[in-house]
Amino acid sequence: MENFITRRRRRELLVAAGLLVFAIVAPMAVKDVTALNVIILSLLFAGLAQAWNIIGGYCGQISLGHAVYFGMGSYVSTLLYVQAGLPPSAGIFIGGAVGGLAALLVGWPCFRLSGHYYAIATVVVGEIGYLLFLNWDYVGGATGVYIPIAKPSLINLQFGKDKLPYLYLTLAFVAATWLAAWLIEGSRWGYAWRAVKDDVVAARSLGVNIFASKMAASAISGFFTGLGGAIYGLYVGYIDPDSVMAGHFSILIALPAVLGGVGTLWGPILGAALLIPLKELSSSYLGGSGRGVDLMLYGAMIIIVALARPQGLVSLFGRRKHGAP
Amino acid sequence: MALLEIRGVSKSFGGVAANVEISFEVEAGEILGLIGPNGAGKTSLFNAISGEVTPDAGEILLDGQRISGLGPVACAERGIARTFQVVRSFDSMTVLENVMVGAFARTARPPAAMRAAQETLEFCGLAARADRPAWSLSPPEKRRLEMARALATQPRIMLLDEMLTGLTPTEAQGGVELVRAVQRRGITVIMVEHVMEVVLPLVSRAVVLNLGRVLTIGLPSEIVRNPEVIRAYLGDRYAAD
Repeated sequence: MENFITRRRRRELLVAAGLLVFAIVAPMAVKDVTALNVIILSLLFAGLAQAWNIIGGYCGQISLGHAVYFGMGSYVSTLLYVQAGLPPSAGIFIGGAVGGLAALLVGWPCFRLSGHYYAIATVVVGEIGYLLFLNWDYVGGATGVYIPIAKPSLINLQFGKDKLPYLYLTLAFVAATWLAAWLIEGSRWGYAWRAVKDDVVAARSLGVNIFASKMAASAISGFFTGLGGAIYGLYVGYIDPDSVMAGHFSILIALPAVLGGVGTLWGPILGAALLIPLKELSSSYLGGSGRGVDLMLYGAMIIIVALARPQGLVSLFGRRKHGAP
Repeated sequence: MALLEIRGVSKSFGGVAANVEISFEVEAGEILGLIGPNGAGKTSLFNAISGEVTPDAGEILLDGQRISGLGPVACAERGIARTFQVVRSFDSMTVLENVMVGAFARTARPPAAMRAAQETLEFCGLAARADRPAWSLSPPEKRRLEMARALATQPRIMLLDEMLTGLTPTEAQGGVELVRAVQRRGITVIMVEHVMEVVLPLVSRAVVLNLGRVLTIGLPSEIVRNPEVIRAYLGDRYAAD
């Protein structure tokens, strides 16, 4: 059947394919290591923000504890490699699965709360996760874990000094999260989740199971967040609670989606493309003393966007004009 | 056997008795009016029938099977659909997408849900609005949207909560025709209204509630002459002896 929705979805898929081709070809011309680093981090956070968007944007459950799933993913993948010798190419998916399971465990009690109360509960969960890992000797406590340098290979997902393979790894991650969001938008789940976001009472009167919807959205979001955390751990080569589980990661994961537009396919990517370069530039120009300045810049941007474009920057492009006024 | 049986349903909120031992039956295929002054307990009873609240006492049976206490999702699956007194459209979605949420109650396949939703929109006279955002509809259109969304779940019983209230006479006439068309589809309709002159020509029987209790049940012609009903609505002065 041909109508507005099917045409819109096909157009989205075509735009995505075009962007993907561009993103595969263009970085080959980039030789500057710093620039590559910024692109890799932007891609990674675009994927993480898209993962957050699945629960926060489509299902409307604002989680501020995603650092836990992120950190779990990187710890599980790293420890499986260091302690058990499992190659990271498999380990990152187990990291993702643990992230998804963790999201289910968190959701079980927290989804008894709604709105702001749910958001506050996830902040608390984030802090608990951080403190647990900080004081847990088996996982390295505050000292953290180094990822031993191995022979460059796809199995180990290590590529020596070459950054381009990491770029394609994170690009694949963004593509996977985008595709997941696109598939969800067109599926029964996607409709149910958006109904849950808009009006819980009306949704359940139409047979939508609210708790199951939130749990499913949370698990998928947690899976991709854990996967992203595992990739991040591999990329930086060293993890400790401060570098993968600190509370500011929860904010950093959610902000691109909020800035770009929650509940949209392109918002998280657009938001990350703006925010992450800004963060990297401000911290490289200001050095150690710049810590915090990037957060001030975020704050200013969020305030401006909230005042001028509450639906996020993606609404500037005119597509999907519908949405609450 | 009646399609829907309400047996001694009571519900209190704190000290307020919203429903007190309410009992009546609804026959398959009829349009039943549920009328009464403000605060009579009409919406509370709707919430009990649709599973949104569980009665403190009594039970509600659909086809002889207990549905009270099962919750709104199970009630929707068994064929009870409703609209709301204060419109609850999904405002981040288009009109068609709103109705698709309802259609997904009966199919998991998006193309089938889309087709069903489009047919339902045509039935409700909203096909031209299909791709508009839900928030942009006018109030009477929003009421039709709620009706379409509920119809898309393929219900056996449709609960309409003040669907005609606040509409102009022309809009209300359109609403009345839509309710009749729903009945012709074989769907049993229970409608809450307090505008008597709109609802009485439409319904086969009416249940009058007052202060949470059933005041009387009868044909529309009997209801309007019932002194107790007149007393409840207008006060003692107007009741004929």
